Amino acid sequence: MLAFILRRLGSAAIVLIFVGVLAFILFRYVGDPVNQMVGIDTSIADRDRLRESLGLNDSVIVQALRFLGHAAMFDFGVSYQFKRPVAELLIERMPATLELSLISALLSLVIGIPMGVASALGKDRWYAKLLQAVSLAGISLPTFLIGILFIYLFSVTLRWFPSFGRGDTVKLGTYWTTGLLTSSGLRALILPAMTLALFQMTLIMRLVRSEMLEVLRSDHIRFARARGLPARSINFRHALKNSLVPVITVAGLQLGSVIAFATITETVFQWPGMGLLFLQSVQNVDVPIMAAYLLFVAAMFVAINLVVDILYLAVDPRLKTTSKAH
Amino acid sequence: MTAEPLIDTDITPRTDGTDERRGRFARLLDSDIMASFLASKLTVLAGFVTFAFLIIALFAPLIAPFNPFDPAQVFLIDARDPPIWMAGSDPRFLLGTDDQGRDMLSALFYGLRVSLLIGGLGVLLSALIGVTLGLIAGYAGGRIDALIMRIADIQLTFPAILIALLVDGVVHALLKSGGREDTAFGVMVLSIGLSFWVQYARTVRGSTLVERNKDYVHAARLIGLRSPQILWRHVLPNVLGPVLVIATINLALAVITEATLSFLGVGLPPTQPSLGTLIRIGNAYLFSGEWWIVAFPGITLAVLVIAVNMLGDWLRDALNPRLR
Repeated sequence: MLAFILRRLGSAAIVLIFVGVLAFILFRYVGDPVNQMVGIDTSIADRDRLRESLGLNDSVIVQALRFLGHAAMFDFGVSYQFKRPVAELLIERMPATLELSLISALLSLVIGIPMGVASALGKDRWYAKLLQAVSLAGISLPTFLIGILFIYLFSVTLRWFPSFGRGDTVKLGTYWTTGLLTSSGLRALILPAMTLALFQMTLIMRLVRSEMLEVLRSDHIRFARARGLPARSINFRHALKNSLVPVITVAGLQLGSVIAFATITETVFQWPGMGLLFLQSVQNVDVPIMAAYLLFVAAMFVAINLVVDILYLAVDPRLKTTSKAH
Repeated sequence: MTAEPLIDTDITPRTDGTDERRGRFARLLDSDIMASFLASKLTVLAGFVTFAFLIIALFAPLIAPFNPFDPAQVFLIDARDPPIWMAGSDPRFLLGTDDQGRDMLSALFYGLRVSLLIGGLGVLLSALIGVTLGLIAGYAGGRIDALIMRIADIQLTFPAILIALLVDGVVHALLKSGGREDTAFGVMVLSIGLSFWVQYARTVRGSTLVERNKDYVHAARLIGLRSPQILWRHVLPNVLGPVLVIATINLALAVITEATLSFLGVGLPPTQPSLGTLIRIGNAYLFSGEWWIVAFPGITLAVLVIAVNMLGDWLRDALNPRLR
């Protein structure tokens, strides 16, 4: 068990270092850091002095190591467009993205699982077919199109929810601002959260459906039927419980994608999160932000994968024996 | 592993009445794949829609009523006319006009052309990269294999759209960003190509691992063929089956990726609009009630993506012998 975790930690570190080197290459060789920082009227001597003081004349290895060292301390330099430390900008916008993503992930579970159960149990009924059709649309349609549709329906036509922004926010502690405690914040959250959740929701629905159908065919369910247990107990206590393990894994692994996909949703709804910041940095070639966001996403994916692996080990005892055998 | 017989020993007479003299097309109509295609009405519909879109994209300059990029045919005075069935419309513009007075229908045709072209070229590029790397990894094995697959693993942890965004940003930065308009097309194809190669590489590597130990590969090596030749002439044709399925499904993904990037404003410029750019333009007029500028490109994109996805699903089931 410990060896397994150590091995996973090792490979996680390799991934992070690889992405870190990539981020360094991005940072150092895409655009000239000095030219981005100074005005056009800065003399060449001043530029050279700045270049020297930034350490850009050192050898590449030294620079790369320094970059990685700084990155490990969450120091990613100064944004070209905002002239502020990148870490500060990211931390400022992190709560908005995390709140949006977590609520979406929760929504997709809370709505997706019952939808999957319904479409598995009523396999040939009309509502199951309707759900299948909806899921095809949900899995095919691009996020931004769904966002536009929602805005047109619920903001422009029905005027139920605002179409942009985060509403009023409340400060919790030094770093965290939340929109979950004000009514305008909650109203602003609904459309973007639904938009972001729809893809995961259909994914989870399809997964639950296929897992349920699989489990319902298995022997222990047939045995439970033979014992004369009521249908509700068979469907929910036996079948659903057994089909949820892979669902939890996928939902966990997808959490990273939700945060990454938030970029699109945040742009459609002008949600002031990290994704919007990243997109602006791509548009304006703000390399420090791009590099930092890349590293952030990598770290997040690695962490999520690690947690899911360890949880899996805890949930499924069969894995423990195989990991020992290796 | 069972050895494959060197020659075809199946001499049972054909009972299904297939005749070699009949044309290829007739035989295609008779095949299993065709039968499974015709069995589902929805698949036929999806195939028809995809085909129609391809034709429109191919012949857009011939069948579009206007050329939306010809300044001599576009007048600002026609801007934001509604579709023909609404009050205040202009009979010349079936689906209305956009903010610059361009005919929506014509813009749609041209947008479809740009979207499908970029999607198709992007898929081609990603397949090229993926298949090449997969062949090399599977055939060479050892360190090269480990390196390529490690990179693939790392890339797979990121969503493709994020990679595409990043590639787009980096390439524009390297090109000094000034020439965004004329390089946008190539940059887009490159971003899609670099984002979607992993799946091809993994699949092809897997099949190559199996193929390289087969007798025909040993035989080819024995008669002194060099590795690139063996890979290209002998292994490649045997691993291409699944690639076709991935490519079809990825065409939908590539079109979505292009549309998303264009919508986000880092893809194609308004002077050379794809469906995504048209949606971006129309999105600005959503609040003023001019819904048609965003609705028609949006619907077109949705129908295209759903149709291609359904075709891909069918192709996967039809070519997967385990599901038969």
